[in-house]
Amino acid sequence: MGAGCGPPCRDRRKRPTRSTGARSQLSQFTVEAATALPGPGWLRDPRRAAFERFQASELPTEAEEVWRYSRIDELDLERYSPAPGDPVPLDPLPAPLQALLDAVGPRAGLVVSRNGRVVHTELDAKLSERGVVVGSVTEVPDGAELLAEASEPAPDAYVELATAFAADPVLVRVPPGVAVERPILVLHWADVEAGAIFPRTAVRASEASQVSVVEQVCSSQVPGLVVPVADLEVADAANVSYVAVQDVSPETWYIGYQASRVGQEATLSSFTAAFGGEYARVRTDSRLVGRGGTSNLLAAYFGDGEQMHDFRTMQDHVAPKTTSDLLFKGAVEDLARSVYTGLIRVRKGAAGTNAFQTNRNLVLSEGAHANSVPNLEIDENDLSCSHASAVGPIDEEQRYYLESRGIPRGVAARLIVLGFFEDILSRTPVRGVESVLRKAVAAKLAHTELGDAP
Amino acid sequence: MTSVLRISGLRASIPGKEILRSIDLEVRSGEVHAVMGPNGSGKSTLSHALMGRSDYEVQGGSVTIDGQELLGLPTWRRAQAGLFLAMQYPIEVPGVSLEDALGEALAALGRDRGEVHELVAAEARGIGFDERFLTRPLNVDLSGGERKRNETLQLGVLRPKFAVLDEIDSGLDIDALRAVARRIEAATSEHDLGVLAITHYSRLLHELRPDVVHVLTGGRIVATGGPELAQELERTGYAAYGGDSEEDAPAPVEPRIADPYADPLA
Repeated sequence: MGAGCGPPCRDRRKRPTRSTGARSQLSQFTVEAATALPGPGWLRDPRRAAFERFQASELPTEAEEVWRYSRIDELDLERYSPAPGDPVPLDPLPAPLQALLDAVGPRAGLVVSRNGRVVHTELDAKLSERGVVVGSVTEVPDGAELLAEASEPAPDAYVELATAFAADPVLVRVPPGVAVERPILVLHWADVEAGAIFPRTAVRASEASQVSVVEQVCSSQVPGLVVPVADLEVADAANVSYVAVQDVSPETWYIGYQASRVGQEATLSSFTAAFGGEYARVRTDSRLVGRGGTSNLLAAYFGDGEQMHDFRTMQDHVAPKTTSDLLFKGAVEDLARSVYTGLIRVRKGAAGTNAFQTNRNLVLSEGAHANSVPNLEIDENDLSCSHASAVGPIDEEQRYYLESRGIPRGVAARLIVLGFFEDILSRTPVRGVESVLRKAVAAKLAHTELGDAP
Repeated sequence: MTSVLRISGLRASIPGKEILRSIDLEVRSGEVHAVMGPNGSGKSTLSHALMGRSDYEVQGGSVTIDGQELLGLPTWRRAQAGLFLAMQYPIEVPGVSLEDALGEALAALGRDRGEVHELVAAEARGIGFDERFLTRPLNVDLSGGERKRNETLQLGVLRPKFAVLDEIDSGLDIDALRAVARRIEAATSEHDLGVLAITHYSRLLHELRPDVVHVLTGGRIVATGGPELAQELERTGYAAYGGDSEEDAPAPVEPRIADPYADPLA
């Protein structure tokens, strides 16, 4: 570890000073490091190009609207190093990964990565025969084209950095008309002190195909940086369920990006769960590019200690008769903070759009804080659109009702919080995952002071 | 064993307004008392002051069950001492199932939470509470009438010593009213439930026959008598008891049926 590397700065008042172009001096994230990453030769050019774009672009700052209220000014990349390159098997699986595997039960496929390197891949042989692909993109003959078509321009410098440093991009591809009944799991584990990992997953669901993907990122109790990118292509009449579970250490910074394109009469049902991280952000952009497409976007998050969870969403209606339905629910306790800002964009021509956006937040401690900012940008008249947001403590009326049945005050509060989450966890699109999420919520609540005393 | 719910000199207010000016009542196990009063007489304040809702302030008096003082105890302790309040507006509790809530309540009473499913099923059959509602979160998407059946079901499962029924007849059709009243009447003999039925109208009392009727106006009990008092009120109204006088008719306390997550922009 080089000089200046240490645990990430936790003092919010101390902000690293940054001058334009200073990134050329980054000692760990260099073009040499990116192009020296393992993989076939064809990966080198896209990595180099991404790194050059990263170099050419400004790092985001809190002055930008989409980073407002975030803590991004505190992030100092010099504190992290790209995680070591060689794959080291994980045997046995760390408990949080095993717990998710057990909860999901029978599966169609599994990818396990450790510190950004794929260390285990399996896929049902019958699915393999039918052309389903699950695994590292480096082993796919047309991997180059697949990565190249990762279509949406990167929204910020961190996504470019992720493209440059993704050591082992994972591909899930389902050929036209194939329905993968059981879920495919992509599990990431990080356990390098101050290591930076860049998990990248591309889901390619071809016409009229069907697939469920559960992605999980967890880490050991070390500080680190995780910049995951998930890129979901839901072709015409395809049906994709995608669950992303984040439970990294409370010293880890997490800057995630989920982009989806939903085709004609296609459906994406996504669920994002965030429990870990010191600062953990997910930007979700869902573009409805085909007539009659639907995006259901759900998220649950729970922060304690000094955690901050940060969500930015974009429901982008390009094609007519498209539907997006977003519900994000979260809680903050202790000194935790959360931010939700969302935009519904209805472009000219997206007539007959239905777009809904709801964000609800429970604030469980006086020192905790939640921000919620819904927005609309409408260039079309023929549409049905709503947005709502709420931030507040446990409802006293509900609490009184439960107490009046003889339920102690703290137990009543716990029931209400569990119920607040149950409302959304019961809609997790991949069966089994909700039990893991319930346990994560219960674990957060286990050390919460909710007033058992009178 | 006969238990006694004793209310003496109870005075209570909402911010800026005194509502209950001095209430004295005594209910024994197995008895049914009706408290009748016009709008604004203090009926709901009496219910919530007994149960200990935080936005009602008690200025004085005493409420005991078998000598144990309830005032000053948190709501759940009052419930554990044997008091039950069937609410006028049972609120929705999203994501919390009836069985989970009652399971916690039984556990807190030291009873076996494993019994809850059987008990709930039996009560539901008894009062015609649709089985498909049992798996729903508490009161979510239930009609006013179903919520009252649900309150009665919970009363049956919890078997308190005393039940305060806050306008349990409001929003009920005649079949539901009968089912609810019969269940409560049965409880008075099955486990000696004492009842304080607070109501505006006498129609509840055709189904749930009171032993004693009290008239509440202007925050005071102004008359007490037998069942014939309810019949008289039905004919003459509350005017004779000063119920229509403006100064004695504080504005009714608006129920906060607020959903905290309701869209503030709606």
